[in-house]
Formats: sequence, structure tokens, C-alpha cells
Amino acid sequence: MSTSKVRWAAVTGHSLFWPVVALLALLTANTIYRPGFLSVEMKDGHLYGSLIDILRLAAPLILVGLGMTLVIATGGIDLSVGSMCAISGAIACLHISQQPDQNALGGVLVALALGVGLSLVLGAWNGALVSIIGIQPIIATLILMVAGRGLAQLITEGQIITINSEPYKAVGVGYLLTLPISIFIAVGVALVVAAVTRRTALGMIIESVGGNAEASRLAGIRSARITFLVYVISAVCAGIAGFMVTANVSSADGNAAGLWIELDAILAVVIGGTSLAGGRFSLGGTILGALLIQTLTTTVYAMNISPQTALLFKAVVVIAVCLIQAPAFRAKFARRGPAAPAAPLAADQPKEQVPA
Amino acid sequence: MSGRQPVLTMTAISKSFPGVRALDGVDFRLFPGEVHALMGENGAGKSTLIKVLTGVYGNDAGVISLAGQQVSFSGPMQAAAAGVSTVYQEVNLCANLSVAENIFIGREPRTLGAIRWGEMRRRARDLLARLDLHIDVTQLLGTYSLAVQQMVAIARAIDIQARVLILDEPTSSLDATEVEQLFRIMRHLRDEGIAIIFVTHFLDQVYGIADRITVLRNGRLVGEYPTAELPQLALVEKMIGKELDVLESLDEHAKRDAREIEAGTPFLQAEELGRKGSVTPFSLTIHAGEVVGLAGLLGSGRTEVARLLFGADRADHGKVAVDGKSAPLRNPIAAIGHDIAFCSENRRTEGLVGELSVRENIILAMQAARGWLRPIPRRRQDELVDKYVKALSIRPADPEIPVRNLSGGNQQKVLLARWLITEPRLLILDEPTRGIDVGAKAEIQKLVVQLSDGGMAVLFISAELEEVLRLSHKIAVMRDRQLVTELVNDHTVDADRVMQTIASGTHHEGPEVA
Repeated sequence: MSTSKVRWAAVTGHSLFWPVVALLALLTANTIYRPGFLSVEMKDGHLYGSLIDILRLAAPLILVGLGMTLVIATGGIDLSVGSMCAISGAIACLHISQQPDQNALGGVLVALALGVGLSLVLGAWNGALVSIIGIQPIIATLILMVAGRGLAQLITEGQIITINSEPYKAVGVGYLLTLPISIFIAVGVALVVAAVTRRTALGMIIESVGGNAEASRLAGIRSARITFLVYVISAVCAGIAGFMVTANVSSADGNAAGLWIELDAILAVVIGGTSLAGGRFSLGGTILGALLIQTLTTTVYAMNISPQTALLFKAVVVIAVCLIQAPAFRAKFARRGPAAPAAPLAADQPKEQVPA
Repeated sequence: MSGRQPVLTMTAISKSFPGVRALDGVDFRLFPGEVHALMGENGAGKSTLIKVLTGVYGNDAGVISLAGQQVSFSGPMQAAAAGVSTVYQEVNLCANLSVAENIFIGREPRTLGAIRWGEMRRRARDLLARLDLHIDVTQLLGTYSLAVQQMVAIARAIDIQARVLILDEPTSSLDATEVEQLFRIMRHLRDEGIAIIFVTHFLDQVYGIADRITVLRNGRLVGEYPTAELPQLALVEKMIGKELDVLESLDEHAKRDAREIEAGTPFLQAEELGRKGSVTPFSLTIHAGEVVGLAGLLGSGRTEVARLLFGADRADHGKVAVDGKSAPLRNPIAAIGHDIAFCSENRRTEGLVGELSVRENIILAMQAARGWLRPIPRRRQDELVDKYVKALSIRPADPEIPVRNLSGGNQQKVLLARWLITEPRLLILDEPTRGIDVGAKAEIQKLVVQLSDGGMAVLFISAELEEVLRLSHKIAVMRDRQLVTELVNDHTVDADRVMQTIASGTHHEGPEVA
């Protein structure tokens, strides 16, 4: 094998190769359809353009996805993140709406602290159900997924709380140094999560627990603590995402805020190359997955695809991305194709086939 | 045999993986009605040859003929349909289905799509009766012992009108009686004209049952020999390609006087420690620098003793003292806190985290003890890992590849390294040499001697009595989940005596065998 072939194999074998290809393909399709798609222009000291919009709108999904990545890496799942968004958004908006001056920074900061605090408590609830009581994650978090909507309704008393607070609104649509603030928040949280997992041993220990729980226990890992922790992190990420979602529309709707975001987040994690069975996780992959999903959503709107078929279109693209990522599917496809390069395929299959 | 036609011939088989030439022009012949042992160290190409035969892998070059017809299977299903069935080392059945369902899964007798349960059960019973196994086929497979599960796997394989039966290390989890039972079945099948390929690491078993032996080394054919014409030592030499004297030299190693060690201060004292349904309360004292061997049949409670001493299972009876002070070992973390380490016999399920790298697996226990907030600096990790990769000659010596890509022996060394870097004072080794090749086995045995000379206490569990005898200062004998006696391993103790002890008292049958 020549070195260029080897290098090509290393690139195509990378777990993020196909998601990147899919993202580029979507962007290309958009550009062909609408030549101005990629252009970014400066207006009033702010950058505007579809790409900026995608980044801004993807921010909540990135946040939820980061937390979800850690939960999934331990072999669990967190279905309650959508409700968490609604709850933290609701409590923050409620507090602001009760302030005499909704634009006062102090009141907004207290509101944010309340939201994060409540998320911590709810995350601890999830974590306790899973790690201490031992309920299966999908069931344990289903409780808050359903009950959480009720809790959000309780906070808003069944109304949609509308607020008029510039500092809070900035979380969703404000600008800083020409870019939307939400991008900075997402990047900031991503850096913190990356630092907490990769600068400490937390990431490896999460992967160990997800990869083989019994072996981890016998190696002396306190898996219950780790499991507890990831649900708390996930809840806090979702809580912050809830601020963005509600700030975008300057109102808290207990029913609609963060609706179905848990499914998009799970999808982002899977596209990003983290196995639902737990083990190795990739934060970068999840961010890429979130961007891919948001680009897809934007594409659907930009191409004027009718709302009735939009979900179908999205589903088809997602299925295609997932299939093309699966080595087994590509192998089958390549075997049928006439001039399939054998080398890259052989290289990206699990190396278990090296003779024992 | 020369006058007969081989049922299977493989000619000039080659197979490469990226970076590895796994098989290089290997020839293999199999005659009907023979048990043919396929021998070689880990990595010699045994598994690859079998996988090429059954169509798991395609071969790069060479020809396979079955009964004179050239064949090329697309996978094990097709191979089985053509009469080449495989029973793997790890039982590949569903523990949550009944025995009958397991035997007929995928080919249930049907009428208009509906399964004929009665016929299925009856045929399953008949099939097992042919193997001399009389069990309730409606019970879940998981309720039976591994040995019985293994037999069910064989029953499933031979029902598909097998002409060639491949047994890939079928005995590695069976005890002596069960092995004998399996051999009886193998002879029976052989006499019916089925050709059996037998892969194993146990040399004694090869001489107990095989008619002929094919030896592979580094992906090449070394030769094909009638068992009677190949003495055991010659076989080992052919397998590893060099004179093997490590094992012998260990015997000459002047063992420190066992009685002297016994007189020293104990490291760990277990008093009437027990757990209901697992092991009857036992008392055991382990001294610093002492190797305590645990002998007994499979299922006699050896592993259970180890798990109690490590806190992997919680004891519900008795107490443990470490350094003379009471030390309840409620969980592994407590045991690790008392410098106790445990290498489980199930490397894959209870030892290593397959997708993590060699480096990560090695530092795992040390990191766990420090807590995740205090990561071991990368440079320190690399130092430790390098040291042990070299010291234990872990191959390949690349600490960044996933540990699941390593061979069994090297995985075992990684697990050992994980605990050695924590500098334990008691190392519990449960079947550390099972399923690994002769060279690695010798290295691990040598290591145990070195460690105990350095003052570490070792609890050594092995199904191979010779190994226990060679290494231990004291041997605790287990029978029927009970610690029956302790023997100080002096010149009066030999394999016969230990076996007598295992067998003495009430007559014993393997507690789980039907």
C-alpha cells in the first residue's frame, strides 16, 4: 500500500469523516440553491448570514448534546433534558417577570442562578434514581421528561410568561464582539466540559464505566458517584440551554420550550460517533452532530420545503448519514460497487480480526 | 489413514491483515473419524485458519476442498449447512432461552410457520441423550453449568448433520470430570465417522484424545504428526520454536522454607468468612511473601473465596483482619484500600475495558484510587506503562492501541500490570494462566515467584495442579464450596496427594454437573 493510500484510509476511517462529508454536502447544496448562502456580512457591527444563524441556533442543541454525551458514555440516557430546558427557562422568566425593573442586571443574574440551581437539584434527582436506587436510566429520566413538563406548567401557572428584559434576551439573541453571545456560551461550556473530562481523569473513568461496568467496579472505581455526576452535568447543560431557548422568544412556554430537543441531542451524540452502548465518547463529534442537525433544519426552511414534508426530509437525511457511518453498511455497498477501494474498508473495520 | 481420502483439505492457504501476515501457505488435511489437534501458540494462526475454513474471513490464496469438492463458504451458517460446524470457546448461546430453543434456534421444526414445540423438545432430548446428557430441555440454558452449556453447543453443532466438527478450546472452562465427559462424547462422534478439529492449550488433553497433530507457528505450517510419534517435549519445541527450559528452571528455584513463612506475621486473616449460597465459612491466613495456592475442581468455590477476600462479593459471615486489625472488606474499594489486588479469571468481562487503550487499562486502578480529580500526570503514566510493558514484555509494545486487540496472554499481562503499579501487598490471581500460551505462562509463573520473594503475598488459583504445586508455599484445598484442608507444600506433597485430598471424604460429583 502506498503512503497516500494509507493516509487516505486514515482519513476515511476516522469516525467523523462521514459526518463532515454530510455537513459539507448540505452546505454545498444550500449554496447551489441559494448562491448567497455562504456570504456573511457586517451590519451595525454585527455579523449576519446563514452560517452565523446556524451557529446561533445550534447553541442550545450543542449544550444539551454535551451533557447527553457524558450520560450516554456511561451507558445511560437522559430523556428529561427537554423538560429541564422548560423548567429552568420558566423559573428564570418567572423571577424576571416579578422584578420591578426587568432590565436590571442583578435580577437577571439571580434568575439565571435560580435556573441553574433548580437544574442541579433535578439532575441530582435523576442521578440518585439511576445510581443509588438503580432504576434503568431510560425509565428514571422518563419520569422527569413527563413530570417535568408539569413542573414547568406549575411554575408558569399554565400561562406563557412574557418578559421584556434586555439582559436576559441577550443570552439568546445578543451580540458580543460581532458574534452572537449564545455562540460564546456554547463554546465556553464546551471548553469547560472538555477541561473537566480530559484535563482530569473523569473522561477516562466515564469511558471505563460505560465500557465495562463490572471491570470498573473491580478496579476500585466508584461508579455510582460518576453516574450521579454525569446526570447533574447533563441537567445543568440543559438548564443553560433552557435560558437560550426562552431568551430567543423572550417568553417561557412550559409546553413548547425545548420540546423534542432530547431526541435531537441523542441523534447529535450518535452522529458524533459515541456509541449508545457506552464507552468512548467524543465531545467534538457531538458538536459536529449538533451543527449537522441544525444545518439540516435551516436547509429545510431555506429551501421552502413544505412543513408537512419537512420532518420526512429530515428523517431521510438522518437515516442516510447514520447508514453511511456504519462500517457494515459501507462494506456491503462497496462489495457491490465495481471499483471499491478495498484498503480503506479493511482499515476502518475493528482490528479484532488480527489473529488471536 | 494413508489409504483413505481426507474429508477436508486446505492447500496453500494465505491470509493477511493490514500489517500482519496471519497465514502463509498453510496446508491442512483432515480425515473422517479422527480427532485432529490444531496446535500453536497464541498468534500462530489457529483461529485464523478456522475462520478461513468457516468463511468468517475470505482467504487471499489457497484452495479448500470438502469431500473432494472445492468450496468457499460465505460464513459460518453456510459452512454449517455444508457440514462444517464450530463450537467456540466462549459459549455462543442465549442463556435466556431454553435448552431446546438454543439447539434449534433458526431452524425450528415448523408447520405453516408455527413452531412444533413438542417435536422440538423431543428431538432436543434425543440429541442430548446421544451425548449422554439427560437434562430438562425446557429449562433456561443459563440455569445450567458452563460444562452443560458447552455440551448443548456441541449438540446444536452435530444436529446440523456435521461431517466436520470444530471445537475451539472447548475445555478451558471445564474441570477434569467434565473434560472426561466431553472426551467420551468426542470419541463417540469420532467413531461415527465425524472428523473433529480440536483446538486447545492443554497438552495433556491433546495426548489424551488426539489421533494426529498439526502444528502452526507464526502463520506457517510446522508439520503434521501422528500423536504417538510426537513426544510432548518435541511438540512444545515445535510450537514455540526454541528449547523450552523456563518451566524446568522454575522447579529448581530454591523455594523458601514454607514453615519459616508460616511462622512470620500474617498479612491477612480470614475467620469463618462465608457467604450463603456461595462458599461455606472458611478460615485462611496469608503471610507476607507467601504464595497460597487454591486447588480444587471447577465450581468448588475457588473463585468465590477470592471474591470474598477482595470484597467483590460481600461476606455475610465471619470477619477479616489485615495486619492484625479488623478490616471489613465490604467492597473492592475497601480491599484496595488495604493493598489487596484481584485479577479476575474473566479477563474480558471482569478485568479489562476492551475499548480503552493498554495505557488506560494499566493505570485504571491507580487512577481510581486517586480519584478523578487528581489525574496521574501523563509523563508519570508513560513511565509506569513503559516500565511494565517492558518488564512483562507486553506485545505489541504500543500502549495506545485498544486492549481488546491484544492476544489473551498479553491481555493477562496488562491486567497484572494494572495491579502491580498499585504495589499491592496481597495479589489475588484467579486462573492467571488460563487460555494463554506456554511462553506467557512461564513468564507469569516466574513473576509470581519474584513477587513473593520481594515480600508480596499471593493467592494463586489455578485448575492446573502442577502449577499450584510448583508455586505455592501452602495449598488450600477446596471441595464442594468448602475449604477442606490446608497442606504445607513440602517434599511430601505431590499431585497425587492433593488429588486424593480433593477426592477424599464423601464421594464428590461436580456440584453442577447433571
